[in-house]
Amino acid sequence: MSSRNNLPLLAFLTAGLLGLGVVLAFVVAPEDADQGISQKIFYFHVPIALTAYACFGLGAWKALRLLWVGGERRDLESYTWIHQGTIFGALTLITGSIWARASWGVWWSWGSNQLVLFLVLVLFYCAYFMLRFSVDEGARRERICAVYALFGVALIPVSFFAIRLASDFIHPTVFTRSGPQMTHTMFTAFLVCWAALTLLAYVMYRVELVGKRTDAHLRELREALT
Amino acid sequence: MSGIALYATDVIALARKDLRLELRARDTLPAMLLFVLSTLAVFHFALPAGTDRDAAYGLLWIAIIFTALLGLARAWAPEREGGALDGLVLAPCDRSAIWLGKSLATLAFLGAAELVAVPAFALFFAPVDLVAVAGVALASIGICAVGSLLAAMAAASRGREVILPLLFLPLAIPLVVGGVGAGISPNGATYLSFLGLYDLVFAILAWATFEYVVTE
Amino acid sequence: MTTAPGHAIVGESVEKRYGRKRALRGVSFTLPRQGFLLVTGPNGSGKTTLLRLLVGLAVPTKGNLSVEGERSALGYVGHEPLLYRELTAFENLDLFGRLYRVPERRERSGMLLERFGLWEVRADRVSTFSRGMTQRLALCRALLHDPALVVLDEPFTALDEDGSALLDRELAAMSGERTVVLSTHDPGRVASLATHRLVLA
Repeated sequence: MSSRNNLPLLAFLTAGLLGLGVVLAFVVAPEDADQGISQKIFYFHVPIALTAYACFGLGAWKALRLLWVGGERRDLESYTWIHQGTIFGALTLITGSIWARASWGVWWSWGSNQLVLFLVLVLFYCAYFMLRFSVDEGARRERICAVYALFGVALIPVSFFAIRLASDFIHPTVFTRSGPQMTHTMFTAFLVCWAALTLLAYVMYRVELVGKRTDAHLRELREALT
Repeated sequence: MSGIALYATDVIALARKDLRLELRARDTLPAMLLFVLSTLAVFHFALPAGTDRDAAYGLLWIAIIFTALLGLARAWAPEREGGALDGLVLAPCDRSAIWLGKSLATLAFLGAAELVAVPAFALFFAPVDLVAVAGVALASIGICAVGSLLAAMAAASRGREVILPLLFLPLAIPLVVGGVGAGISPNGATYLSFLGLYDLVFAILAWATFEYVVTE
Repeated sequence: MTTAPGHAIVGESVEKRYGRKRALRGVSFTLPRQGFLLVTGPNGSGKTTLLRLLVGLAVPTKGNLSVEGERSALGYVGHEPLLYRELTAFENLDLFGRLYRVPERRERSGMLLERFGLWEVRADRVSTFSRGMTQRLALCRALLHDPALVVLDEPFTALDEDGSALLDRELAAMSGERTVVLSTHDPGRVASLATHRLVLA
């Protein structure tokens, strides 16, 4: 399959971009005046968050296609995208927590809207896996998971608004990511990291999907032989 | 009879069936009422002296959410017992009507529990204004719309009772924000609009996707 | 449900898999209208799965299955009675009659209850019924809307003597009038009525 042939190439490209991103972020880009070295996490934290959103969105899109058009293939694709999304979501929480610790000395802040949003989302998508593993395999499970994935993607904007509103009475602390002005090098470093992480998510998705498809093929072969 | 009128009679017939079943069995609603009152009593002892009104109000919402979960866990029990859900799915009616009928009945039960809980809260803890009550009403719609669908998903799973709270709580967070905000914030109307938005988005989503949860 | 030209049911290499488990191996058959299909086979051969596929409670993973008619033209009796245990017999039929848009559903429910010997207990809850009585009510529910296709999954197993005699009579009345698919352990009972046979391995 031609699509499998480009996977090693993509993996190399990812590694290269990541390396470049790290260099740009830590060596080339200037240090932030206020936050110092801890600001460097921004180059990874924000792209990771954006990638997580993209994965959840793609998972929901595949789910929608599953309900419209059908096909076990789309179920695996949706599941794998959501899996990547959850991994990146967890990474968002971790990098965000590190940043919070480095910036203000606390591991967690309810005032950080992004962080709280991701907590809700990671909880939601962890429940996705619990749901998936507790329903017997078959067309019913595919559909139920697909519907849940759609609820997840609807939850993202709704939660975002909720948390914005909640900051009204939960925590009036202000969380500034970085100044509105980014220098040219900072912006380039950001873009490179973003591209690298997006590509990483895609490569991980492809690898996992290949594994799952092989499982499915093996199963079919076993069935055909018995 | 026109399509919409037929749909409406289906929904009403299904909701009435649930109300009739509950009136007969009398197991879910009394449990919900007792649970919500007991929870409020526990909160009194769990709160330190001199807790401000706003904090106490948040606890009302915890009580409501968990009472709702209690009701939702049993929402599809009559359909499971005799396999009647298959019977409903086979019928020519719209599958979303099954969801809507169930949501309306669940809303009636939750509303009954709230009719007890909110005055009890006002009595035990702090007064409640009209905006807060509107918040309770709007959030309850969202709870039942989403909860009925999730309960149907949970019914298909092996770990029935356990999985429903896991599925429901993340989706309930925005509702709690809206409800609490409506009660304690000076611009409560914003929170009411937000709750309306939640209800609209998720009710439409649930209405459109219920079919796929109960069919293959 | 897609319509099949001329035939009530057309199945081509119909297969059903639940993940790793294969519930029904590839099976092909046709059934003309008003035909009587007898489905036999040992436990686990997929009789129940096939019947669920016929009424639409499941969808084949491979192959094609066309069943003529919409949901309103299908009657199904499964392993479960598909009833509300805490509603009365009459209330059950009233609800399903409403959902199936049965004209004069009160009269029709009464007539069916009588025909299946349940008139006396029409106001009793299904939870008080014996297994045989519940099965008879399930038959009432399946026939309430006068379906053109009736699918019965081992209907005799839950019935007592009287109930079985009632069902024999009903099936005899149905054959030639409606399309019938019946699965059973005891083929001898309805062998004379069957126009087609399908043996699952």
